[in-house]
Order: sequence, then structure tokens, then C-alpha cells
Amino acid sequence: MTTATTGTKAVKGAVGTAHTRLEGRDKVTGAARYAAEIPFAELAHGWLVLSTVARGRVRSLDTAPVLGMPGVLSVLHHENAPRLDTDYVGMLGAPDPTAAVFQHDRVPHLGWPVALVVAETSEQAREAAEALLVHYEEEPHDVAFSAGRPDAYEAAGFGPAVTEKGDLEAELAASAVVVDEEYTTPEEHHNSMEPHAATALWDGGRLEVVDSNQGTTWVASELANMFSLDPGSVRVRSEHVGGGFGSKGLRAHQVAAVMAATVLQRPVRVVMTRRQTFSLAGYRSPTAQRIRLGADAGGRLRALDHDSLNLTSTVHEFVEGSAGVARTMYDADAHRTATRLVRLDVPTPTFMRAPGEAPGSFALESALDELAEKCGIDPIELRARNKPERGPVSGLPFSSHHLLDCFREGARRFGWADRDPRPGLRRDGRWLLGTGTAAAHFGAGAAPSTAAVTAEADGTFTVRISAADIGTGARTALTLVAADALEVTPDRVRVRIGDSDFGPAFIAGGSMGTRSWAWAVTAAATELRERLALNTGIPPEGITIRSDTTAAIGALAQKERHSFGAQFAEVAVDPTTGEVRVRRMLGIFAAGRIVNPLTARSQFLGGMIWGISMALHEEAVRDRASGGLYGADLAGYHVAAHADIPAIEADWVGEPDPDDPVGIKGIGEIGIVGAAAAIANAVWHATGVRHRNLPIRPDRVLLGGTAEAGTGAPRA
Amino acid sequence: MREFGYQRAHDVSGAVALLGADPDARFLGGGTNLVDLMKTGVERPARLVDVRELPLGRIESTDDGGLRIGATVTNSDLAAHPEVRRRYPALTQAVLAGASGQLRNMATVGGNLLQRTRCGYFADVTKPCNKRVPGSGCPAIEGEHHNHAILGASGHCVATHPSDMGVALAAFDAVVSYETADGSGELPFAEFYLPVGDTPHLETALPPGALITGVTLPPAPVAARSRYRKVRERASYAFAIGSIAAALDVRDGVVREVRLAFGAVASRPWRARTAELALTGAPADAETFAAAADAELAAAEPLPHNGYKVTLMRNLVVAELTRLAEEAAR
Amino acid sequence: MATAPSSTYSAITLNINGEKYPLSVDHRTTLLDALRERLDLTGTKKGCDQGQCGACTVLLDGRRAVACLQLAVAAEGREITTIEGMAEGEQLHPVQQAFLDLDGYQCGYCTPGQICSAVAVIEEHAAGWPSAVTDDVRPEAGPPPLTADEIRERMSGNLCRCGAYVSIVQAVARAAATRTESAQDTESTETTETTETAA
Repeated sequence: MTTATTGTKAVKGAVGTAHTRLEGRDKVTGAARYAAEIPFAELAHGWLVLSTVARGRVRSLDTAPVLGMPGVLSVLHHENAPRLDTDYVGMLGAPDPTAAVFQHDRVPHLGWPVALVVAETSEQAREAAEALLVHYEEEPHDVAFSAGRPDAYEAAGFGPAVTEKGDLEAELAASAVVVDEEYTTPEEHHNSMEPHAATALWDGGRLEVVDSNQGTTWVASELANMFSLDPGSVRVRSEHVGGGFGSKGLRAHQVAAVMAATVLQRPVRVVMTRRQTFSLAGYRSPTAQRIRLGADAGGRLRALDHDSLNLTSTVHEFVEGSAGVARTMYDADAHRTATRLVRLDVPTPTFMRAPGEAPGSFALESALDELAEKCGIDPIELRARNKPERGPVSGLPFSSHHLLDCFREGARRFGWADRDPRPGLRRDGRWLLGTGTAAAHFGAGAAPSTAAVTAEADGTFTVRISAADIGTGARTALTLVAADALEVTPDRVRVRIGDSDFGPAFIAGGSMGTRSWAWAVTAAATELRERLALNTGIPPEGITIRSDTTAAIGALAQKERHSFGAQFAEVAVDPTTGEVRVRRMLGIFAAGRIVNPLTARSQFLGGMIWGISMALHEEAVRDRASGGLYGADLAGYHVAAHADIPAIEADWVGEPDPDDPVGIKGIGEIGIVGAAAAIANAVWHATGVRHRNLPIRPDRVLLGGTAEAGTGAPRA
Repeated sequence: MREFGYQRAHDVSGAVALLGADPDARFLGGGTNLVDLMKTGVERPARLVDVRELPLGRIESTDDGGLRIGATVTNSDLAAHPEVRRRYPALTQAVLAGASGQLRNMATVGGNLLQRTRCGYFADVTKPCNKRVPGSGCPAIEGEHHNHAILGASGHCVATHPSDMGVALAAFDAVVSYETADGSGELPFAEFYLPVGDTPHLETALPPGALITGVTLPPAPVAARSRYRKVRERASYAFAIGSIAAALDVRDGVVREVRLAFGAVASRPWRARTAELALTGAPADAETFAAAADAELAAAEPLPHNGYKVTLMRNLVVAELTRLAEEAAR
Repeated sequence: MATAPSSTYSAITLNINGEKYPLSVDHRTTLLDALRERLDLTGTKKGCDQGQCGACTVLLDGRRAVACLQLAVAAEGREITTIEGMAEGEQLHPVQQAFLDLDGYQCGYCTPGQICSAVAVIEEHAAGWPSAVTDDVRPEAGPPPLTADEIRERMSGNLCRCGAYVSIVQAVARAAATRTESAQDTESTETTETTETAA
């Protein structure tokens, strides 16, 4: 037995100091293994077969010829696949039936999984999957999303469908200045660089799944529910995750892999192709948003109406809560927000980085800029005049509200004071130049998690928590948090994550992961430090303290809890070609205590780059005739490349959250919020033309911002 | 992707003999387009004849002052070659505007000429396409076509040719050399690509089984002052929505010689001969440039969503010729 | 024409990171799948499998290429360098070290491809190759300085969805400067600049 305390003198200060990623060396040498990269003996390869019709039934599948092909082991489909239970409520609600593969013959959208072909090699599986003939009974489909659909209905998502106060029409009529415009954002896809991949196997009566996901206990519990297994008999591991952005929960690939591993009793790996991710991995719904703002001559809002139409599939309801932005950001005498849905024969949309806030802030923050223009007020001053004292809908106080601090610091660094507000005046060669700004916010939440911290006999500490590091730097951040709580240097702390056997913990999502996990780690580590201070010695197996933050988080007072930010952009627009380039961008955020400045900066910048990508590039085009996407790959769906991104900057104003043990608020999503609006506002400032339809493509710039690109007549 | 045979050829006649008359065999160069099309199921060859190691990897000056470029020269080597950069700078710029550094290291000149359209309907075997399955229809005409052709298309196909390199080759009157079992032959660039008509699946005038052995650029002093400009929907690593190769010789304010070719507007790199005719001998000013562009684009037949390309190409003609004229005046 | 099954496989030897790997490959097997699924060299990543993202970038005979469009059978006889071959033992390649120090990544999945590409970009630039943003490509104009814009254009074949581009460009510039400094020990080389230029 050794005696050890955490140290003779308290060591603090790891949190807030830049630290390179602990797994960094593994990532730059290729040693870090992602889900499809763990070797297994006797591994078989599964290849998903997706429907080629957008609506109908599978009449039959010609499996016999495929089963005779070289290396083919099995073809799973709705007639022979194991039955699943989907009648349960998981962590985020009822399961999306898209993941519950092969349970019936219905085809609700193009790209619906109809079979899994399993073979000895991936080449054999692919060819057999392509050769599998599936006969459909096709029905007419409807994938046409547009404003003014008569079948739209009001739908509550994670917030209410509609909020209303005051007499909107009366206030609008009485307003000195009115903005009434429609804004659209297209279907957008996550496209994490690592496509979804899972390997499933039965090992000693336990189901093991090596997967790429945003929460191992979440996926494990969903699988246990679906396959009616004892939760303790399912283990999901996900050590390195090549990006998620909301798309990596329970998906068809894990379920299909588990089915095949069960039927074949050998390890089976299923990897989505990039094209398959476009129909199987979720996406952000397109939005058609109407904003009506009424203000007095000084810009004070009398009326605010934010109405957002989104889509969902016919099999599951997901609401992109775009209208929720107005519920936090701006108050008005008459205030209305509404989220409506239309059900179409398309895949189910899902959470995608800043769900709701990203498209919602584009519309609302663009409209604010239009209002500033009409009122002749500086856009920052307009926001200052409309800063709400309490939650506009909830009436609750804000836990903190540092939006204007962000604007002040950003304006100073960006050089906003020198800006001439008139559009279309600045030129640099063939480029017209303009600057724009927009506000950002994102909810600051925490969710119950458990953690275990062990004092090892050798004087080191091991933290176990089923957190997920999807590129956020969570592994490193939690190490710093644990070190401070233990009052030791970070090199004595080893953090193990990505294993459902470590117990329940929240997912990497909602900008809540690091905060929720840090809370649990801090609780266990603090208790452990206090125990060690008693100097009772450490047995060979170590001393382990477990925490559960359910009660502490449940006891938090009801408040409006948010991070805030200010986005600034300078763009160059070539009016002769329609090209738009971002030249400069600055984001200043008030987002709680920053655990690791090095990786936090990366995360903010990453969000802002998503904003550039959203503003200028991203757009999935749905082909109405087939019901599928046009150009569903990374050549057809553009995300920003190196050449699109200038030397942008992100920084923050310090404001630790007093209600969080570490002071964290969460930073994963706020970087994208408002970014597209800041760019669109800058494009207006450069050209004098408002772009209310994203992305701001060259053809749209050439046509002066109208939604439809082109003037020709249909070819005979 | 179905199983296939693979053979590596070491000389031109051997390669041609290995391919033979087998319609299910394909030459494999850099593979950047063919292997992708095999993965998407658009191409399902039974045999590949690898021609990357053929002794066709040289760039040589011809006796008359032109350049002969071997078919297996990679895009990277073509773009970096000092004589290309000196005599035909627009060709270097065009090649560098295409794809990525990785793909340019793999892709070959011969393969570049034969690459297929990036029309999303062509690349998706679950959708109809007259180019892929003759007679199945062209969904682009009623569907997504904002980046489709405005010139030389037909009611059967409105796809564009994706090459940047080809636009410069068209401007500089390249001649394509090939080898068949019956001997060698040549095709001027203007005759290399077939009109779309009702046979969009027939793309080139190469005889069956022919292997491209090289491209010859005739001497063109005007090409020393040439530029390639490409407009696309992100700043790099994307296919064009409109591009232009331009060369201009101005003396005393008058256009003595001009070369113009357009990319991403037609089923082939589009040589703008009508515009060239209007420009030659005319004053080198913006008005003339615009009028010449209008003359060329008078034949444009835009679809409902690609009419912007007429404006774009007109603006590109004016901008690039103006810039070349200004450079010449310096 | 019937094709005998045996003619769809070949016994080949791949030369990877200086070592010989004999294996029998299905002709359909790409170099990428051979590395990942046959040789347990999983550092090379599969992001799109279509040459549209750059995650699978390796060096073939010293030049960068995407392994997803390279058939393994056609790679026989070529010198293949993967991310696993970049470091000298424990000593990271300067590009790797710069990515680590400057946080030139987030999820890490595009990282091996970015690094392989960056190593080649620095060599291509040193060889005097122009790029699409080089103003004057004529040889008389001389090699372009490796500005941030030059780095961005040359690295554009490597997508990063996390959006680590800003730090990646800084890392490439730092590694390029390191190379220039070490080259100056033996010969006089032009200073590599990393100044910003306007769009």
C-alpha cells in the first residue's frame, strides 16, 4: 500500500491554459484508429442496398443469383431480418424508423435501406449489392418543398410550435418602419469526413459494437431497446470519431451490422459510402422563413414575427426550430414565433450543428440588418436598443447577457467605427467590398452524466467517462478539468472515454458535452481529492470515486442561459462573375470559461467556417422527378475548401458561468450562428443587393439576388 | 464494380493489341475518372489495359516551333513545363485550375481529353440519361441544370464537358494523335468531339480501339500572351460554371490575332470562332469585345435556370480581352 | 468473352514506406482498401472514395496522389509513402510537428491526408511549380513566394469539415519555413514568405 495525496501543494491553472491535444501525436502519425480501422479475425463486410424509388413497396428481391456470387454470405431484407422493437422512448425521444432497417416492405423515400449484402471482402459485397435486383411497386411521390404549402402544420420540436403575445397586426400597422421578407436556406448535409462505420460482434454473450458516434451509452441503449437486450449486455466503443455535427447517433449501419453479426455469428462491418450518407445520415431541413419586423423611428421593435416552414419525412417528425432564435434574441410589444412542418417523401432530417439557430439566425439577423438600413441606424446600435431585459417568451431572467460586450470588442478590433453604412461604394480592382455584422447566441445547458475517477497506486489518476471526442478536444479538456479538481498537473491524469461500459453520460451534442462531462468529472475528482487528503493510503487496486450529476443539474434555477457572440465579415464581390470571397472575419464570443484556449479557438473558427460554407456553398438539390438528390457527393455538394477561407479570427470575452462548477457554457455550435447573416449583410454592403436565399451562388449574384437563376425558356 | 482482368502494356502497339476489338475493355491511364465511374457503376469494363507506363511521357518541341505532348504526360508535368508556361501560359493556367494537386499528379493528357461529363444525372445509374443509356431520356432539361450547356446542346443532352485543359487546347488548335491496329491517325481538335445531336453517347471521332498517343500544339506566337480564367462555385477544387481561354495580339490598337475558347458551356470545349472573326481587325476596346461576345452567344439556347451563363461568358470575354489588351499596351 | 476467375486477381508486391508487402489482390481493390483492409495501414483515411476529399492522400514516387482512385494492382513497382512513413522513428516530420503544435486539426480524420499533401506542396513549391493563384506562370517570372494564398490554393484538394483550415495554413507555412532554413544551411535559397494577400 502506498500513501499518496494529490500533492503537497495545490496545483491549479490547467483550465484556461493552452494545451495541445493529448491524442494529437496519434492523429498526426496515423496511429489513431477510427471505427472501421480496428482489425477483427473472420471479419465479414456488409454493404447496404438502398431503394431507387422515392415511394412505394418492395415487391420482391432476387436474392438467389446474388447468394451465388463469389464470397457472398448473406442477404438480409424485410422478409428474413431479425425483428426489432421500436416502441420505446430513448434519450432524444422515439427512434427514427430509418434506423430500424428491414422491418417492412414500405419505401418512404429514395435511398431507404432495403437490404444488406454480406460477403467475405468489401469488393465482393459491393458488387453483390449492386447486382441485387429489387422489384418495387412504385407510387407517386412528393418532395417539393416550398413556402405556401397548404398541407403545412404547426409542430412543436424541442420548444413550442407557436408563441404569441400582443396584437401583431396592430403593432405592424402602427410601426414607423416595417421589414417583411422571406428568407430561404437549402437542405444541408453534415458530411463529417469520416463516414458512418460500425463493426458488430458477439463476444462471450455480449454484443460488442465498435462504432463512430457522438455518445456510446446513447447508442448502446438504443441498440439494447431495439434488439430487446439487457442494457448491460451491450457494449459500444467509439474512441476516435471523425466528426459528427449531429449526424452520428443510431443509424442504419449499426443496426444492420448487429443483425448480420447475429445471423452469421461472426464480426460484421458496415460502412456507409459517402453517397449513402446523403440519404441515411440525416441532414438539415431546408427552411422558408418569413420575418416581419415593425419598429418605431428609433429602431425599437414594436412587432416581431418569425415564421419558419421546414420539412420532415413521412415516418418521423423532426423539427428544425428556426423560429426559436427570436424567443431569445429580441423582444417586441407584439411577438410571435411559429414553426411549421410539411411531410414529404424524403429522408428524416436531424440535428445539424446549431439546429434551428443556424438557419434561424440567418433570417432574423439579415432582417435586423434590413431594419437598420431602413431606420438609418448602425446595425450594432439597433441591437443595443433591442437588448431584452428578460427572456422575450419565457419572462425569465438571463443568467448572463454579454452580447453587447462582444459587439464592443468586435467593433473595436474589426474597425467598425470607420464604416460608411452606404452600400456599393468601395472597390478594389474588379471587386466590390463590404462589411457586415450579426449577433449570435446558443443555449447553455448541462445534462446528467456519471464519471469515475481513480487514484492509482502509482500516484497517477484515471478518469473514466463515456464522453465522445468528435474533434472538440473533449479528451484534453476533461484532463485539464480533472487536473484542476484533483489539484495535480495534467500529466498525472489519464482520461479514458468512448466506452459505454463507463456508465451513462450525455452525448457530444447541444454544445453540452464538455460542460456536462466536466461537471461529473469535477464532482468525482473533488470528492476523491478530499478523500485522499485524509491520508489513508491507496490500495493496489486504487481508490475510485463515482459521481452522478442528476440531482445537481436538476436543482439549477430556471433561467435564460445562453452564450452570445458578435460576428463580423468583410467580403469581396465580383459583380461581373458573381464570385463572392470572404476577406476577413472576426467572431467575439461570451461563452463561459474557456477550458483550453488552443482547441476552443479551433472550435469557434470551425463554426465560423461552417457559416462561410453555409453562406456561399452548401446546397443539396433535390430532383423532383426522381425524388432523390442531384449530385450527392463531395463534388456535387460543396463545402468550403482551403481557398475559400481567409485568415479569420475568433476570440472571447471572459465570463465564467457562475452556476457551473467549472464556469463552462459550451462552445460547439455558437460559431456558426449569425455567421451566414454577417456575410450576407456584407454582400449587401458591397453591392446594394440583398441575398435572402442561401447559398449566395455566383448565378444568384449575377441575377441580383432573385431566387431563380436564369431567364431562358424550356427547350422544346 | 464487377471483376475485371488487368494487363499492363509497355509499348503502344502492344497496348492497342491487348485492347483489341473488345468493347468491354478500357485503357487505364491515371484512373482519376475511369476508376470513379467504375465505382459508381457508370463504367463496367471486363478488362483494363494499363497504359500509364507507355513511353509517351515526354514534351518535345516540334521543328516548326510547336510542342508535342505525350498522352501519358501528367497534368502536373504539363503545367510545370517551362516551354508550356512560356509559349502557352493559358494552357498551364487551365491545367492548374482543374481538380487538385493530387489528381493532377495522377491524371494524364490522354485521359483528360476522354473524361466524361460531371452531369449529376449521368453519374447516377438510378436515373435516366441519354448519354449513359441511349433513349432513356434527359432529366436535366426539366430538372437540375443550372450548370448545364447553353451552346451546341440538343433536346437529347445538355451536359457540359468538364475539362479545363481542353479549353486551352481548343484555343490553340491542338491536334490529337492516336494509334489503332490499322496504324496511326490524327484529328484536329475541332473535329475531335462529335456534335451532340441525337447521339450524346458518341462523344469523340476516335476509331474503335484507338489509343491517344499525344497532342500537338502548332506554333502560335499569339499564345504567348494568353490567359485562362475559371469561375466556379467555390474558390478551388470545383468544376467550372464558366471559363475562358483567351489570347490576344494587338498592334496600334487593332486586334491582329485573337483566340477564344469557352469552358462549361457546351458538350465540348467551345471554340468561339464567331467572336474571333468579329474581333480580328477591329479596334481593341471594350465595345468591340462585348459585341464579339454577343455575336458568339447569339447562338446560345439557355434553359430556365442557366441563362446567367450568357451574362457570365460575355463578362468574361470583356474582362479577359481587356486585361490582355492592357498588358499588350504596356 | 468468358474471363477465368484467376485473371481477376494478381499476386503483387507493394513497396510501402520502404518495405515490401507481397499480397494477392482482387483487381478491384484500390490502393486505399489494400492499405486499410489488407495491410493494417489504417492511417490513410477513406472520406469519399471518389477523389473528392483528399483524405486518402499518399505519395506515389514522391508525388501526392489519392489512393482511392489508384488501383492496387497498378501501384506495383511504385514507391508508396503513407502517413505511417512520415516520421523518422520518434522524430515527427516538421509538418506533423507543426500540425500538432498549432492545432491544425480537430477530429483528425482528414489529418493524415492534409499532412501528406502538405509535405508534397512544400516540395512542389520548392521545385518552382506555379499554382492557379500564381499571377504570372511564365518561367521568366520566377517561382512564386509561398504566400498564405498560395498555400490555400495548393492545399484545396484536402477538405476539412471541422474547419481547421486557418491553423493548417499556419502549420504548412511554418513547416515550409523550417525547410527553407535548413536548405539555407547548405545553399542560398529565397526566403519563404507567408504574407497575406488580398482575394
